[in-house]
Amino acid sequence: MSNTDNQGDVWEVFIQSKPGLPHKHAGSIHATDKEMALQNARDTYTRRQEGTCLWVVPLNAIVSSMPEDNDSFFDPSDDKIYRHPTHYVMPDGAKHI
Amino acid sequence: MEDIKKLEEFQAKIDAEIKIEPKDWMPEDYRKHLQRQISQHAHSEVIGMQPEGNWISRAPSLRAKVVLLAKIQDEAGHGQYLYSAAETLGKSRDEYIEELQTEKAKYSSIFNYPTLTWADMGAVGWLVDGAAIVNQVSLQRTSYGPYSRAMVRICKEESFHQRQGYEIMAHMANGTPEQKAMAQDALNRFWWPSIMMFGPHDSDSPNTGNAVKWKIKRETNDELRQKFIDKTVQQAEVIGLTIPDPDLKWNEEKGHYDFGEMDWEEFWRVVKGNGPCNKQRLNHHKKAHQDGAWVREAALAYAAKQKEKQLVA
Amino acid sequence: MEKKDALINYCLRLGDSSLILGQRMAEWCSNGPILEEDIAMTNLALDLIGQARTMLTYAGEIEGKGRTEDDLAYKREEREYYNTLLSERPNGHFGDTVVRNFLHSAFFYHLYQALKNSSDEMIAAHAAKSIKEVTYHLRHSAEWLVRLGDGTSESHNKVQESLNNLWEFTGDLFEMNEVDELLIKEGIAVDLNSIKKDWDKTVNDVLERATLSRPEDEYMQTGRLDAMHSEYLGHLIAEMQFLQRAYPTAKW
Repeated sequence: MSNTDNQGDVWEVFIQSKPGLPHKHAGSIHATDKEMALQNARDTYTRRQEGTCLWVVPLNAIVSSMPEDNDSFFDPSDDKIYRHPTHYVMPDGAKHI
Repeated sequence: MEDIKKLEEFQAKIDAEIKIEPKDWMPEDYRKHLQRQISQHAHSEVIGMQPEGNWISRAPSLRAKVVLLAKIQDEAGHGQYLYSAAETLGKSRDEYIEELQTEKAKYSSIFNYPTLTWADMGAVGWLVDGAAIVNQVSLQRTSYGPYSRAMVRICKEESFHQRQGYEIMAHMANGTPEQKAMAQDALNRFWWPSIMMFGPHDSDSPNTGNAVKWKIKRETNDELRQKFIDKTVQQAEVIGLTIPDPDLKWNEEKGHYDFGEMDWEEFWRVVKGNGPCNKQRLNHHKKAHQDGAWVREAALAYAAKQKEKQLVA
Repeated sequence: MEKKDALINYCLRLGDSSLILGQRMAEWCSNGPILEEDIAMTNLALDLIGQARTMLTYAGEIEGKGRTEDDLAYKREEREYYNTLLSERPNGHFGDTVVRNFLHSAFFYHLYQALKNSSDEMIAAHAAKSIKEVTYHLRHSAEWLVRLGDGTSESHNKVQESLNNLWEFTGDLFEMNEVDELLIKEGIAVDLNSIKKDWDKTVNDVLERATLSRPEDEYMQTGRLDAMHSEYLGHLIAEMQFLQRAYPTAKW
């Protein structure tokens, strides 16, 4: 197909289901501009009162880590158990801590 | 020998029920199998809008009209979710659509049958969606992350589809003699094509082996078909309709229904393009696509102009 | 004319326009230029048919003869339909539909804004609910009009032609008769002259963004108030009413 006829860019859609909650990835849509992306996300992903706020992000603006990064990115936190509250021993009887 | 090691790691992940994500290494055959299966699934949703769309303008009540419209809209949405999942495998929606239009890709043969009466809206919802749901519930556990997530969303939304169809059937089966006749006729026409939606017998299905090993498919064609038949027979009885299979009988020993043999000659004839509506469906899709070309071009041109303006500003 | 008859007629005008426009939008199903737009146009159809159901039900209640939304939608003839002439225009190509929807949504938008203050509680509530829907319809069609108007030269020429062709049906939107006169006095209806300038402004602003020129107000077709329609409506209704007409004793 030629460049002058295509489905537009892919945009990733994030929905906040109610105030106070984080935006969560819902899926993607195609659109050629921001307004169309927002409207298409609304029409496609919020047909059942799923949302109170929408984000649309062009797919090519997302930077992702790669599977080969996993060892160096995520494994080093394996042995840092002192970051978790259960690591600490509290004296018997201490409350609200 | 790098690949053998990677393949072992891949299989170990599958066996441990860890989902495969788009950027993970995967065997080329796994990618190809998914591209084919997910796009075929997406095409089916989109082509499936046509037989039901055939009755929107003639829906016999305003409630029936909005319900049918909402259902068909869901199908467009589901096609959209599935194309999104398929696109994560490195092929664009343009390419998938081109494959559909050049007949390199298939869609479910059930949509090559015509919808002749309003009762067909009942039969399609009850049987066709019913069969699809059995398959899709199983696919929620498929090994490819984006496909699995799409299926979870789809199953949640589809829960009303089958009920909508069954409600129409029940209503018509209890209506005037003409309505009851329409309902029985719709069941007669859609029963066999519906149970053939699950595909050939396992023994004749060349793609099942790897698909099960890789947990793309979690249950085989015959297992899913049996599940569907077992739950549908009682539903037909409740509304007083007769399933058009003289061999259909409860088998106490197996705990399942026995049923007659499907007409595989018909199955392959329709798959190969000679069903009643194959050409009509595809031509409809191509026409809509071609009619929309100038609109898509305009949208792209407008976006390009806007970008230019931003740069200047 | 009695107030009751005027009110029934007024509700039919609102309900019929939504119903016919909704039926037209539903015809787009599986025919959109891109999958997302198919979904969007179905949303418009669902909103419009929902609006029609509310107003037809209400018209039946006021009438008090037990007629339901379906009796009114499926068992009236062409000469008993009070929809706008614009709503029944065929879909044509996507640009024709965009222009028709834009002009009509802009009308509904300003009409419902004003009807929110109707002294009739049902109509006021209906307007308050519908305004949310038509605000989106207006935004959706306006953005598409801008894209097409300011897209390629082909798309520009196409929508300019759509606009020129549909313009003669916009006068009908603002026609009034004794029904309006009576209901305006009661605080129920809106003086359409008062929303015309708002409609003009909305239309002019968007046409400017879309680089399109507003056609001259030459001859305007009328007919809505007397249920005088184009030939298109009869076909639309015949198709819509087929099952109810073919099986009059059946329930669906």
